[in-house]
Amino acid sequence: MTTSVSAASAPSTAHSRGENRLGRIAFYIVCTALAALFLFPIVWTAISSVKPPPEASAVPPTFLPSRLDLGNFVKLNEYGRGVWNYVGNSAGTAVMTVIGATLLSTLAGYGFSRFQFRGKGLLFVMILMTLMIPFQSILIPLFLILTGLKLQNTLFGLALVYITFQLPFGVFIMRNSFDAVPREIEEAALLDGCSSLSMLYRVMLNIVRPGIITVGIYAFLNSWNEFLAALIFMTKETSFTLPILLTSVRSGYYGSIDWGALQAGLIVTIAPCILIFLLLQRYYISGLTGGATKG
Amino acid sequence: MSTVNLQISERRAQRAGGSIGRRSAGLFFVLPAVSFTVVFFILPLIFTVYMSLHDWPLLGDHKFIGLDNYSALLSDRQFWNSLWFTTRYTLLITPVIFILAFVLALLVSLPLPGVGIYRTVYFLPVVIGLGSSSLLWVWLLHDRVGVINAILTGLGVMDRPIIWLADSSYAMTAIIMSVVWKTVGFTMILLMTGMQAIPAELYEAAKVDGANYWARLRYIMMPLLRRTFALALILSVIGSYLGFDQFFIMTAGGPQNSTISVVYWIYKNSFTNFKLGYGASLSIVLLVILVILSVIQLRLLRDETSY
Repeated sequence: MTTSVSAASAPSTAHSRGENRLGRIAFYIVCTALAALFLFPIVWTAISSVKPPPEASAVPPTFLPSRLDLGNFVKLNEYGRGVWNYVGNSAGTAVMTVIGATLLSTLAGYGFSRFQFRGKGLLFVMILMTLMIPFQSILIPLFLILTGLKLQNTLFGLALVYITFQLPFGVFIMRNSFDAVPREIEEAALLDGCSSLSMLYRVMLNIVRPGIITVGIYAFLNSWNEFLAALIFMTKETSFTLPILLTSVRSGYYGSIDWGALQAGLIVTIAPCILIFLLLQRYYISGLTGGATKG
Repeated sequence: MSTVNLQISERRAQRAGGSIGRRSAGLFFVLPAVSFTVVFFILPLIFTVYMSLHDWPLLGDHKFIGLDNYSALLSDRQFWNSLWFTTRYTLLITPVIFILAFVLALLVSLPLPGVGIYRTVYFLPVVIGLGSSSLLWVWLLHDRVGVINAILTGLGVMDRPIIWLADSSYAMTAIIMSVVWKTVGFTMILLMTGMQAIPAELYEAAKVDGANYWARLRYIMMPLLRRTFALALILSVIGSYLGFDQFFIMTAGGPQNSTISVVYWIYKNSFTNFKLGYGASLSIVLLVILVILSVIQLRLLRDETSY
């Protein structure tokens, strides 16, 4: 699905040419002002993160850096085991979540779309129903389960939970993707003697790739950004993910907060999300509107 | 409902005779996802109910106490304060998000060059984590190093910096400001999608009949957007009711425990005080409240679709 706007998708205001032109100017002024407001917090963090450390914590704040300086990033690296440890934790969890969520969603989407079996409707509804139940309400037993499996403070344990949270959305999107594939393609492959698994692998996967990318982006962003479950399950400082590391940077060592390190940490945490969104925007929005119009 | 349709079509297909091999293959494909959902969602959900009937410390034995947790909850002042605080927060933030998102959606639906860039920019904060954005705003709002106080005092709006997050009269405003910035783009896109789904002919016809812009907005777009509003409203209300990150990070529940949301109170009981059974009973109550809220909203917005 594309997000392009057709010419008459909203009640248009234009009456005469003169009014039209004034309206346009007003539109661009208002929209640009709003855009500046929306961008300001992110841009301000980026600018401040490359100020020399004393300027990053200046009272009152200074505007532009006097010179470019990576001192804040160096100081960020002094927290705990160094920032790469935490980038690694977040990235490792996110990669496992992306792989697990796309794999499980694709298999299940294929199964629900193309096969008949006992209890199919019930199982599909069961997976989707978890969307209506906030994961916040089952964190206590999840905590006990992970502790029982000795998976507390492991990236793998956290990823298992994240994969599960991702399934209702993923299975829904993938079932729709497979539903949209014409039956003829499969029948031709069946005649050629493909088994179900090799058909999925050789024929279908290419066609449903946009759906897989959509599921992957959501899995990545949700895993990378998730806060509460990571806060509960990752209690050892070495296994913190980036958002949890940031809260400990914010509490500061010896009671004083290093604002420069916090700005640098925010940039490290935010930048991958923005980059991925800008690169794969189309897939991200299609996940949103696909869910919105059909859900 | 779609469940029924699914089951009917399934039965029909079985009668038509899908081969046995293909049947077990289907189960094989969905089994991994189903197992994950059972182990990490359905069982924990049942277990939450079970735990809520127990006195369950983190270490040591748990014992069955029937509905004692639930009766304790009724006389738990902080629970009621949290419930009221979360409700107030939801009632305040929802209209702000909706009015702003609606205006933004109208703007980014206009067929003008460059409008896609604005759409992307307004949506950008949505992809940042709520935890990160809350920390970002802690810094922006800080009384000494924060830029917001610097700008407001520089412009002469205020004489001296406000300590936003430590002052109960400003904390709510500050949190709402930061969460609106982070989430309004989401509602904007939902509303925009709904607006695009309205056939252009309807507007054209109304125009021919002499309806002006506002009349077309009020009598064509608004009624046809009802389903989209319902979906956006439910998602927004549920999101606000489950709020945790913003309160934990921005105010730590203060000042004087005035910004402890329900999820925050569950977290405190379970993972600070280690009263897991009590936390579980709070979770069940929250779950029931959310389901009721969703049903009410669906009803309210569905019953008037007589257009």
